[in-house]
Amino acid sequence: MTAAGPDEFRASFFEECEELLEAMHDGFGKMLDDAADAETIHVIFRAVHSIKGGAGAFGLDALVAFAHHFETALDRVRSGKSESTDALLALFQHCGDHLSDLVAAARSDQPVDSEQAQLLGQQLDAVIGPVNGTRDEVSDAAETFVPMTLDLGAFGGPEPTPMAAARQGFTISFTADPELFSSGNEPALLFRALDRFGTTSIAADTADVPPLSALDASMSTMAWTIELETEVAEDVIRDVFDFVSDCASVSILPLVGPDVGPVLPNPGATVARSNVPDAFEAPDSFPASLADPIAEPRVGTPEDAPGATVGSGKPGASPSVTGPASPQTIRVDFERVDKLINLVGELVIKEAMLSQAVGMLDLPTGNDVLQELDGLKQLAGEIQEGVMAIRAQPVKPLFQRMARTIRDASSLTGKRVRLVMKGETTEVDKTVLERLVDPLNHMIRNAVDHGLEATEKRRQAGKNPEGTVTLSAAHRSGRVIIEVSDDGGGINREKVRKLAEDKGLVAPGAILNAAEIDALLFMPGFSSKDEVSELSGRGVGLDVVRSEINALGGRMSISSELGKGTVFSISLPLTLAVLEGMVVEVAGQTMVVPITAIQETLQPSTAQIHTIGCGSRVLSIREGLVPLADLGAIFGFRETPVDLTDHVLLVIETETERRCALIVDGLQDQRQVVIKSLETNYTQVDGIAAATILGDGRIALIVDPEGIVGGIAPVPVSLGRPPHTDPVEGENLVTA
Amino acid sequence: MSQHDAKSKLGDQEVVAFRVAGQDFCFDIMSVREIRGWTETTTLPHAQSYVKGVINLRGSVVPVVDLSDRLGFGPTDPCARHVIIITVVDGQTIGLLADVVSDILAVSEAAMHAVPDMVSDQVKAFISGVVLVEDRMIRRLDLSRVVPRAGLEAA
Repeated sequence: MTAAGPDEFRASFFEECEELLEAMHDGFGKMLDDAADAETIHVIFRAVHSIKGGAGAFGLDALVAFAHHFETALDRVRSGKSESTDALLALFQHCGDHLSDLVAAARSDQPVDSEQAQLLGQQLDAVIGPVNGTRDEVSDAAETFVPMTLDLGAFGGPEPTPMAAARQGFTISFTADPELFSSGNEPALLFRALDRFGTTSIAADTADVPPLSALDASMSTMAWTIELETEVAEDVIRDVFDFVSDCASVSILPLVGPDVGPVLPNPGATVARSNVPDAFEAPDSFPASLADPIAEPRVGTPEDAPGATVGSGKPGASPSVTGPASPQTIRVDFERVDKLINLVGELVIKEAMLSQAVGMLDLPTGNDVLQELDGLKQLAGEIQEGVMAIRAQPVKPLFQRMARTIRDASSLTGKRVRLVMKGETTEVDKTVLERLVDPLNHMIRNAVDHGLEATEKRRQAGKNPEGTVTLSAAHRSGRVIIEVSDDGGGINREKVRKLAEDKGLVAPGAILNAAEIDALLFMPGFSSKDEVSELSGRGVGLDVVRSEINALGGRMSISSELGKGTVFSISLPLTLAVLEGMVVEVAGQTMVVPITAIQETLQPSTAQIHTIGCGSRVLSIREGLVPLADLGAIFGFRETPVDLTDHVLLVIETETERRCALIVDGLQDQRQVVIKSLETNYTQVDGIAAATILGDGRIALIVDPEGIVGGIAPVPVSLGRPPHTDPVEGENLVTA
Repeated sequence: MSQHDAKSKLGDQEVVAFRVAGQDFCFDIMSVREIRGWTETTTLPHAQSYVKGVINLRGSVVPVVDLSDRLGFGPTDPCARHVIIITVVDGQTIGLLADVVSDILAVSEAAMHAVPDMVSDQVKAFISGVVLVEDRMIRRLDLSRVVPRAGLEAA
């Protein structure tokens, strides 16, 4: 464990907040679905409480104040004093959203929306009820919760509480589990927080620390005894340890005797004590616990902690949360993972280069070198898979963000909406997840704003007045499918068509099938709502969403049934780092075609090729006619060869179901290739998705099927041209 | 490195000097990451003729610009003797194809002359000054103009 600065503790606090917020939103979701059990409200309460505790340690006053207020209201429900109605749940969800905002604001040091806090605070006050008359100050709310006079500012204020009211003494025994350190907590910060309450005297108990030779640096062998003279209540002290309650043992006992004068020496202490204000200026100046391996670790179990130890003395702690149910995790800087991924990519390339070099030696089959090389190859592949898996994250947090989007959209449109989430545990590459936020947000808003009918209209149609938006994720044949569906009115194709005609996006009278009309929605400048609404009418259309998805290597499609609803479906690669590809030769160049796009490969001699017009050729296969194009000619490497003997045809189909047959010179093999960006040092190239490095160390370009088919077999509407009656005859062969 | 030290006294900037199509050019040595021999490139579709293609630089995809072609002297037919100077310009790593790297020189800004008017416009567009070193005229290349750019020149 390396010495960590305050920034790192802060960062880990915010990471923990993310998890706690997730648990909180989860809980609300359960309560809404009536799937909540007795524990749920406790989990929510605990999450909010822990955020408050942590925020206090970092002096985030706005966050503490709101979390406290929120927690107080939650406590009413938790203790059965208030009924958890739908209205109350909705308020709680808004509060949860605001809490997320506050955390985000604190994280980026942004100012917070105090108006929103006040508004929600008033609503919360109504819930909390007239316990103490009027309250303008949020911190007053504490009185309903803690029956002691206390100043919440003391949590974060740098000033020690001045000597005033009756001071008491407490003896606090603190024993940290190893997890405390591995989860990024730091006792010194806790002690500092205590120091703000009054006068502390801290003694470290090193009795359990083994000799250096037997030392396991990952264990925790230290215990501390803190004597605190303060005027704050025990609960407040307990709150300080709230954040570490599941990985440390804390006992807080009042100091006996009426005289709380000088702090009594602790007989268990064997190490010199220090006066906190001097030694605890910053964690950096606290090397004893951080850098010195003797002081840090502790092998003990909670049983040998001194005094009457309680695992967690915090109200609302629940066994289901502190229990060992969840698998152990570590937090790792993302840069490290990326570096590892790059290195493994290099390893795989080196392995391929080695294989190629060995292949040149013409070793006899069964040779040891070949066998060992095979083993190496397999290992490298497994390492790569394992490293990729580190990047994979469940879509749940993303979906939860969408839950909020739904709530906001619902209150803006006045439509009642329920969000159903399916397959939240589906894992997707983190980068893909991050870049999905904006497109999904847009689609969700779109579903609420345009997809769902107004409540009255739904009632007339005999539907549940509450609309449902379903967000689902699933793995399907090596890709992730994310669907946003609504049970709204479906696409009014007549209206869509008329709008498109009015805007000149499509020629009047053109014959369009249902799918082609649906595809009009993706055209730039198309907005199906008559009036521009506050919600989704920002001049950003589905076309932008689609191009964002395309940039991720994903494809979007749409299906709709009038009166039943609409489904937007996104198909995404699992990772942006590797791709299963077919390595092909064309015009002396080696290129890679993504395997997902390839339908079949054909020998031209056996294929039925017809010439249409001047030199345009089509391939006749079972399902119909497919335009023929030369990959070399598309990229300007050569003229389209007339004689196709000695060539191979690749029939590719894109996600938008456009097909074409590509002429290539030969197929090498099918393999996993590492995706390297071409844009980092160059620019985007039409028809090229990315680059990769082959076994010989040279670069091969990865073909973008959508990009090249777009130039050959355009779906008429997507390019804004008047559509043709026959999808084949109308297609333009773009050849050199 | 006594010779090098002597030169350092002359100026305040170290430049790497190289030859393209028989002419001497230079630019700030701080822009140079490494110099490597010619390796076969992978051709980029729809690229300008002066973009020879891309090479693998320890896992990165790096485009190579044929300086001779870029400056209007006609395309190079590269062989093993040619060099690729790897530079970083505005965060992008670019390889520049040159005939040979001749020297590392120290030049002062004071010794730098403006580009004479009679130089052809194409060359002038890429040169930010000339300097005379031991009777050789060395043109200082404006790297940011040599680099292919999106939307401007790159296909």
